Amino acid sequence: MTEAFIYDAVRTPRGKGRASGSLHEVTPINLAVTALQAIESRNDLDTSLVEDVVLGCVEPVGEQGAVIARVAALHAGYAETASGVQINRFCASGLEAVNMATAQVMSGQSDLVVGGGVESMSRVPMGSSGGAWSADPQVAHNTYFAPQGIGADMICTKWGYSRDDVDAYAVESQKRAKNSWDKGYFKNSVIPVKDMNGLTILDHDEHMRPETTMQSLGALDPAFLVQGEQYGFDAVIKQKYPEVEALNHVHHAGNSSGIVDGAAAVLIGNKEIGARINVKPRARVRSFGSIGSEPSIMLTGPSYAAEKALKKAGMTAADIDLWELNEAFAGVVLRFMDVMSVDHSEINVNGGAIAMGHPLGATGAMILGTVLDELERRDQNTALITLCVGAGMGTATIIERV
Amino acid sequence: MINYSVDNDGVATISWDMPDRSMNVLNNDSIPAFADAVKKASEDEAVKGVIITSSKPDFIAGADLEMLQGWSGAQEIFDNGMELQMMFRSIEKSGKPFVAAINGTALGGGFEICLACHHRIAADNPKAKIGLPEVKVGLLPGGGGTQRLPRLIGIQAALPLLLEGKHLSPEKALKLGAIDAVVPAAQLQSAAKAWIMDAKPEAAIQPWDKKGFRIPGGAPMSPTGMMTFTVGNAMLREKTAGNYPAAVNIMSCVYEGCCVDIDNGLKIETRYFVNTCNSPEAKNMIRSLFFGIGNANKLASRPKDIPTQKFNKVGVLGAGMMGAGIAYVTAMAGIDVVLIDQDQAAADRGKAYSEALLAKAIKRKKMSEEKAAAILRRITPTTNYDLLVGTELVIEAVFENREIKADVTKRAEAVISDDAIFASNTSTLPISGLAEASSRIGNFIGLHFFSPVDKMPLVEIICGAETSVETLARSMDFVKAIRKTPIVVNDSRGFYTSRVFGTYVSEGIAMLAEGVSPALIDNAGKMAGMPVGPLALADEVALDLIYKIRNQTKIDLGDKYIDAPSDGAVTKMVEDLGRVGKREDKGFYDYPKGEKKHLWPELGQHFKQLPENEQPALDEVIKRLIYIQSVETARCMEEKVVTSPEDADVGSILGWGFAPSRGGAISQIHTVGVENFVSDCDRMAQLYGARFTPPKMLRDMAKSGEKFYAA
Repeated sequence: MTEAFIYDAVRTPRGKGRASGSLHEVTPINLAVTALQAIESRNDLDTSLVEDVVLGCVEPVGEQGAVIARVAALHAGYAETASGVQINRFCASGLEAVNMATAQVMSGQSDLVVGGGVESMSRVPMGSSGGAWSADPQVAHNTYFAPQGIGADMICTKWGYSRDDVDAYAVESQKRAKNSWDKGYFKNSVIPVKDMNGLTILDHDEHMRPETTMQSLGALDPAFLVQGEQYGFDAVIKQKYPEVEALNHVHHAGNSSGIVDGAAAVLIGNKEIGARINVKPRARVRSFGSIGSEPSIMLTGPSYAAEKALKKAGMTAADIDLWELNEAFAGVVLRFMDVMSVDHSEINVNGGAIAMGHPLGATGAMILGTVLDELERRDQNTALITLCVGAGMGTATIIERV
Repeated sequence: MINYSVDNDGVATISWDMPDRSMNVLNNDSIPAFADAVKKASEDEAVKGVIITSSKPDFIAGADLEMLQGWSGAQEIFDNGMELQMMFRSIEKSGKPFVAAINGTALGGGFEICLACHHRIAADNPKAKIGLPEVKVGLLPGGGGTQRLPRLIGIQAALPLLLEGKHLSPEKALKLGAIDAVVPAAQLQSAAKAWIMDAKPEAAIQPWDKKGFRIPGGAPMSPTGMMTFTVGNAMLREKTAGNYPAAVNIMSCVYEGCCVDIDNGLKIETRYFVNTCNSPEAKNMIRSLFFGIGNANKLASRPKDIPTQKFNKVGVLGAGMMGAGIAYVTAMAGIDVVLIDQDQAAADRGKAYSEALLAKAIKRKKMSEEKAAAILRRITPTTNYDLLVGTELVIEAVFENREIKADVTKRAEAVISDDAIFASNTSTLPISGLAEASSRIGNFIGLHFFSPVDKMPLVEIICGAETSVETLARSMDFVKAIRKTPIVVNDSRGFYTSRVFGTYVSEGIAMLAEGVSPALIDNAGKMAGMPVGPLALADEVALDLIYKIRNQTKIDLGDKYIDAPSDGAVTKMVEDLGRVGKREDKGFYDYPKGEKKHLWPELGQHFKQLPENEQPALDEVIKRLIYIQSVETARCMEEKVVTSPEDADVGSILGWGFAPSRGGAISQIHTVGVENFVSDCDRMAQLYGARFTPPKMLRDMAKSGEKFYAA
């Protein structure tokens, strides 16, 4: 099988995902264009060599509809020969897009592909694309549908993570994100979003709250109590986990991922193409994969996805230097660390979505770039990137520096 | 059957009047006759518009469930269902204005006819009930109800009516927009005619047949619709735990049907109707909740050829919780009550119970002050047994103590006439033993009421060894008079209901002692369809009471006592841990003041729990909790404690809340098949103990293929 290499990875900063957020004035197309043009300009890339642009997007309707990947590539000035495809694996869409780009290269069907993702959560809010899962009575009934937050709280209830546990994790995430920004660890990969006049609209992740303390978090009300107790979702998930008497609602806005806008892009190709475009490969993709697991608790997929990717790569957890697990909810990471025996010092070392936010379709590609930068900074070799995914899925990718 | 007339103004009237029935129903006779009349009116050029009404006090009560039971096979039900849909559809597509003149109750298919009309006018009949109650017997409205109601009043307003089967008064129905007008009863026909005379051509077109129609409040895929269904689905699962497919199917009819046009919606509804009709839950609920309870209320099993007894005066001995409740329901039925206790204050307190209930009814505007006063006047609280003279029936509800019961029996019998019935409301003491205190042993019977008497619909009638057939028949007349549902059982320890109910609680406690997670046990009980989990129920009954009754039974039975699987755990809770239940805020649960109860955190220390990977599956826990009740009920039938499957089923549902969707303790066996039940019980007997061993009667039935019910 052909080896697939990562030649570059960029992302936009993350704007607060509401009207007061800096990126709310920017169309999702222009977010994606920012990332795609950076790939082109940083590498002086002949875009006629790009065979496909795979972008993740979770709410692909309205402004994000009609195959945003193709339209963004055209609008970014890519050669019209570069096709585009929009994919959706919920929260792992950005990583899945990279994996699909990788698969094209590994299978020998493409030489150079861009993977990435985009989500303007402020302009196309969560839930915009509707769907049968929660609304269709037969489907919701048969799958014990409950919102993610309820699943996250169930994880903490079932495996005994307290409010203090999740809050402490969140405080640390903020601390790490602040430290990384302060020390410039992100500056190589974050591409400021600018207007048509070249004026900067946003050049940093604006969701962070570095002043966060246990005390400030303690003042927040649990976010999923009403959904759980008044709208029936606690009962639904308890019918799936009848050994649980009552849910402990520990998650809130301060220990869950932030709602933000942003985009990311990753350039993937085979060895030969690197010579042709005259760019040195930064890492190879060792393995990747997605899994399905119990959909009602929904968020325990990452460990299974990680196991699958490790097995495919012929590796064990001990072979991984750095771990990156999307901080959808603090409880998801705590559970993952326990299951995989991963020390907190090796995972999400630059902070994560609790501090910086989770632009659904883009996050997977963003955190892949972040951890690659960190491997280079630390001069370490291997990293495993994974995300929990709606409906009980999980996606993981293992990269190794070359 | 269906009267048809056309007046000089060209207004046709189709009036329902089924012979030999107090209520009009949709059945194999009335549907074709109605269809003919609709066709005739539609095709007659001289007819300007059509009034659909009834010549009886009520409009139409709904579809005849016997007709539905006669349909079988998916294709037949689908074809019959679609034929009805097309007939209703022909009303709204006829081009002539149709108006429903709703003179009285219009339920189910009756209200669906109204919905198919272009206009609905109801008489201001306060007794009239309007609604779609199909879900209550496990069915769904199959005559367009799930399609037209949401199109008329919006999805959010329609769903509760469809899912809860609520009845509306005409006034309420008007407020919701389910009908268009309410007029004085005398003006109903003229108002209907006036609407036709004034009707413009577009009045004969339903809103949903007009161009650009939108569902009021939004279609399922609108943001509001998505929210309504997402939350509605969860709340439905919370309520039903998947035990009521009819409810989910109703949701689906509305969801899927409102995404498309009405014609496709009606087809979707019919497909779900077929699916629902064929579900075991619908069969169980129709059998037990509709026919079973209905037949019991009609006293179908009453011994024949014994004149019906009318009750004018009844004595109640003991004015505690039970006696006070019995006095209340008796007075409510228009019967005079002599309520006796040891001292006047206690007797007065018993009457005060009725006063409080009636005051509440007045406050809720359910009763007038005059009527309440008349009811109260019927209750005479006293200490004087002489006042019992002239009673047709005396019911004792004194302490569960043989001596006290014997004493009041003698004192009452000294006053009452020779043919009066003496009944005991005991729940634990065998009737034949108590009857020994009676000088008129044939007139002695057990009438076991449930607490609270004013709410619980069942009365378990217990025949002692010497109870006469006349006494039984007359006692049944009394139960009917007070509008309760009787089942008849024979004398035995715990009779029928208490005996089987006890197995549910006991099995739950047994599992706790085995190391099953207590949350799993109680969640499984609720998910099985029982109203409360077994451990919570034990707390409510009180563990020390269970303990006392157990010890008394041990003394009574001596060597014959068979250890219950819960005995050890109950002893431990009461003797060692001092946790007696809800009464003292500590049992299997803690009851912190002002907060929700929760399982006692130390429970796991005193009853060592199995590791997670050895915990039983939910389905197995449910099976144990349900099957133990069914196997004990089968034993009761074998021992002739209860003699008919109908009584066993009705008694289990009304007596202790056996999961209604399972149709009752015997219907549960019938549903899974006797043979399957027997083999599962044999397996469970191996694993959990001999209490699961099926009685010989079941083995014989399994072998011969005999069934409890034909369908």
